[in-house]
Parts: sequence; structure tokens; C-alpha cells
Amino acid sequence: MKAPPFNYTRADHLAEVFELLIQHGADAKILAGGQSLMPALNMRLSSPALLIDISRLGDHAPQLTAIRLQGACLHIGALATHAEVGASPVIRKHFPLLADAATHIAHPPIRNRGTFGGSLATADPAAEWPACCVALDAQIVLTSKSGSRQIAAREFFQGIYTTALQPDEIITEVIFPVPGEGWRQAFVELARRRGDYAIAGVAALAKVDGSAINDLHLAFLGVGDKPVLAVETSRVFVSKGFSDSSLRDAQQALAIEIDPAADLYTSAAAKRHLAQVLAGRVMKQLLAA
Amino acid sequence: MDMNDILETTFTLNGETVTRRVPVRQNLVDFLREAMGLTGTHIGCEHGVCGACTVRINGEIVRGCLVLAVQVEGRSVETIEGLTDSGEIADLQQAFHTRNALQCGFCTPGMLLTAQDLARKSPQASREEIREHIAGNLCRCTGYQAIVDAVVSVMRKRCEAAADGNSRHD
Repeated sequence: MKAPPFNYTRADHLAEVFELLIQHGADAKILAGGQSLMPALNMRLSSPALLIDISRLGDHAPQLTAIRLQGACLHIGALATHAEVGASPVIRKHFPLLADAATHIAHPPIRNRGTFGGSLATADPAAEWPACCVALDAQIVLTSKSGSRQIAAREFFQGIYTTALQPDEIITEVIFPVPGEGWRQAFVELARRRGDYAIAGVAALAKVDGSAINDLHLAFLGVGDKPVLAVETSRVFVSKGFSDSSLRDAQQALAIEIDPAADLYTSAAAKRHLAQVLAGRVMKQLLAA
Repeated sequence: MDMNDILETTFTLNGETVTRRVPVRQNLVDFLREAMGLTGTHIGCEHGVCGACTVRINGEIVRGCLVLAVQVEGRSVETIEGLTDSGEIADLQQAFHTRNALQCGFCTPGMLLTAQDLARKSPQASREEIREHIAGNLCRCTGYQAIVDAVVSVMRKRCEAAADGNSRHD
């Protein structure tokens, strides 16, 4: 189908975006990469009165597209594309989790246009970036006319397509603490075909010393209404290490921690089972690294 | 700053500068087909799943159905017609023909742009990498085998030609 009628304006500066958001509120939609918004428009699932195109803001504000190390933190500009994140040498070096996850996001033409900030603002529970941000304990920078605030990714996602973003705010960048010596990362996902929406997936950050797991952050996607930080599951592996018996205990903890809803193809029970399988796979990958 | 439902848009289309008044809600494929008469770019699913509408913007492949035509202001757009006229993919087109890598042809323009994208970026890509790269382009006729064969054969020939060219200059 074709998109419903709307007005359109291309913003050159953030200040214009803030004025428009104040003026139009919920009648306006932000257009960044458009790889979720355009399908929603074409399927008439969304009918905003105004599209505010922010895709050119980077021309005047390079930090909005930049991927850079600053001190002990990585900053990803909200308008960096999935392809840019996946190919960034800094990210490949310090955040292999993000580089791996990028290859699971749809297909190359979509990765060339979809943006990091756009994925977070959309907050699809099956999306890769939100789970990665939760596993890595990222801070999301939200900016409005009155200034910027930071919120932990672990607080930002509130439910399906629902976040802590206020109507007058946009995401401007995301900040990740660079893991130091001894930290490992892994990403595993199941989809019916490569590039399809995930049935389930998990992003993992672990501090490993020999066979000891000293710290672990497992964030699951596709098994709840938002990314799920599996605290109890992680605790089992940290206290007992990784073995067949600890895996069984962790899988039991996980079954309680997640509450997946069935989708068109996969029942809730199957999703719960697959998440348990992925827990084992991601641990093996972490420990093999 | 104006708010509009029609916007004058200037961009480069297959190497030529064009300026048109564009309805803001029109996607790029519809604009190319209806306003510019370039019907080689096809419209399949209209929500980014099938890949039939693949075009290049500033050298990168994108879904034409997920870009508004007004968003290409100041950009360079290349379609299957442009790639055909320049001869950039003549060998790929010949290989698709020779190996019967198309039947109805609906997916072919998008498939060619996507294959060329990989051939430019990783000329030595494996069969698996080719499958991965074209995974977002759906073909309901061929079962993909012949398409992958055609792409493999072209990439191999191009690598051989590049190696020959290099050794001649040694």
C-alpha cells in the first residue's frame, strides 16, 4: 500500500526539531533511517500529520553520526547507521558484540539506512540493539530544547514500542563503558531465515578468568515486551561456573525470568525452550573465546 | 522552514541532474517509475522485505520503497537503467542470461544491484557470503542456485581479469 498523506519537513538543525516537537507533539513523527517507520506508513499502521526528517542533521552536527572513543567510553551518534556501526574499527576492536549483532539486522540495504538511535527509539522487543545496550549497560542521551539527560538502557525500555522518551525529546547519542581486561562478549540469535525478525536472541557480557565466570550480564531479545536482563540466570553461572548441571539450573531460572508471548509462528512454550537453548550456546561461545 | 505536501527536489539520476516537484508522501520507486518513466526498478512488497525495489543512493544499495523521493535531495541515485547503460554490470547480466538465473525476471534488477554491491565490496566472496548478501532479495522462480552460480562465475572472471591486468603491468 501507499503511505497516508502527511506533511514533511527536513530539519537542518536540532533546534528546529525541538521547536517542531513542542509545536506538534504526538501529531509529529521523527523520520531518521525510516526502515521501521516507512513500512508502518506504507501499511497504514501509522498516520502522523507531520514527518520531521532528521536524517541530514549530521551535516551540521557531526557528533550525531560519529562513532568515537572518548576516555573510557564509546559514543555512538544516534544517526550512525547499522552498517557504519558494524564496520567501525573501534567497535570491532572493543565491542565485538555490536559488530556481530549488526550482521543479524535485516539485510545490507536496510543496514545502510536504518539508524542506531532509531532502533532504540522504536523499541521493537525483537530488535538487536536494545538487547545489546542492556547487556553492555549503556547510557542513552535524550535531548530536548531544555537540555540533555542520560538514562540507563536498563531503565529506558518500558514495554513494546514504549520507552522513557518524552514527546519533546530525541535520542542524540548512546554511551558505552569500554570493558577492560578479561571481559568477553557474545551474541547469538535464532531466526527462521537470516535477516528475519528474531524468534529469540541473547547478548552477553562476561568477566572470565580461566574457567571462573566472575561477572555476567545476559540480555535476551524476542522473549518479552522489552529486552530482558536475566539477572538470576546470570547469577547461577557466576556462582556455579559452566557445566551441564549449572546449565540445567540456569535454564530453570531463565524459564521463570522470561515471560514470552506467542507470535505468528512460535508458541510461548517454544520461545521459552529456545531461549534456554540459546543460554547454553552463548555461554559456550563466551568460554570458547 | 516550510511544511509541505509537495517539494521541489533536485538530485542526480543516473548521472544527470533532474529537478521535479515531488509529492512528499511518494516513495522513491513510485517516483522513478511514474514521474521518470524508469520502470526497471520494481515494486513488490512495499515494506522492505522483497528487495525488488533496490536502487543505489550515493553508491550504497537501499530499499527504494523505504525512502521518500524527497529524501534524495542533493544525492546521486542510480537505477538498473543507469547500471545497464554504463556497462558496469554487462558481465553479470550476460551470466544471468547464460545460466538461466531468471525466469519471470521480477526480482532480477534488484538481484543484479545487490550482487554487484557484493562484487565491488568483496570481490572474493564465497558462495555462502553471496547467499547471505542476496538473502534480502526474494526470487520465487529459480530456487537461487542458478543466481548464485551466475554471481560466482562473474566474480571469478573479474578476479582473473584483475590478476591478468596486474601481471601485465609487472
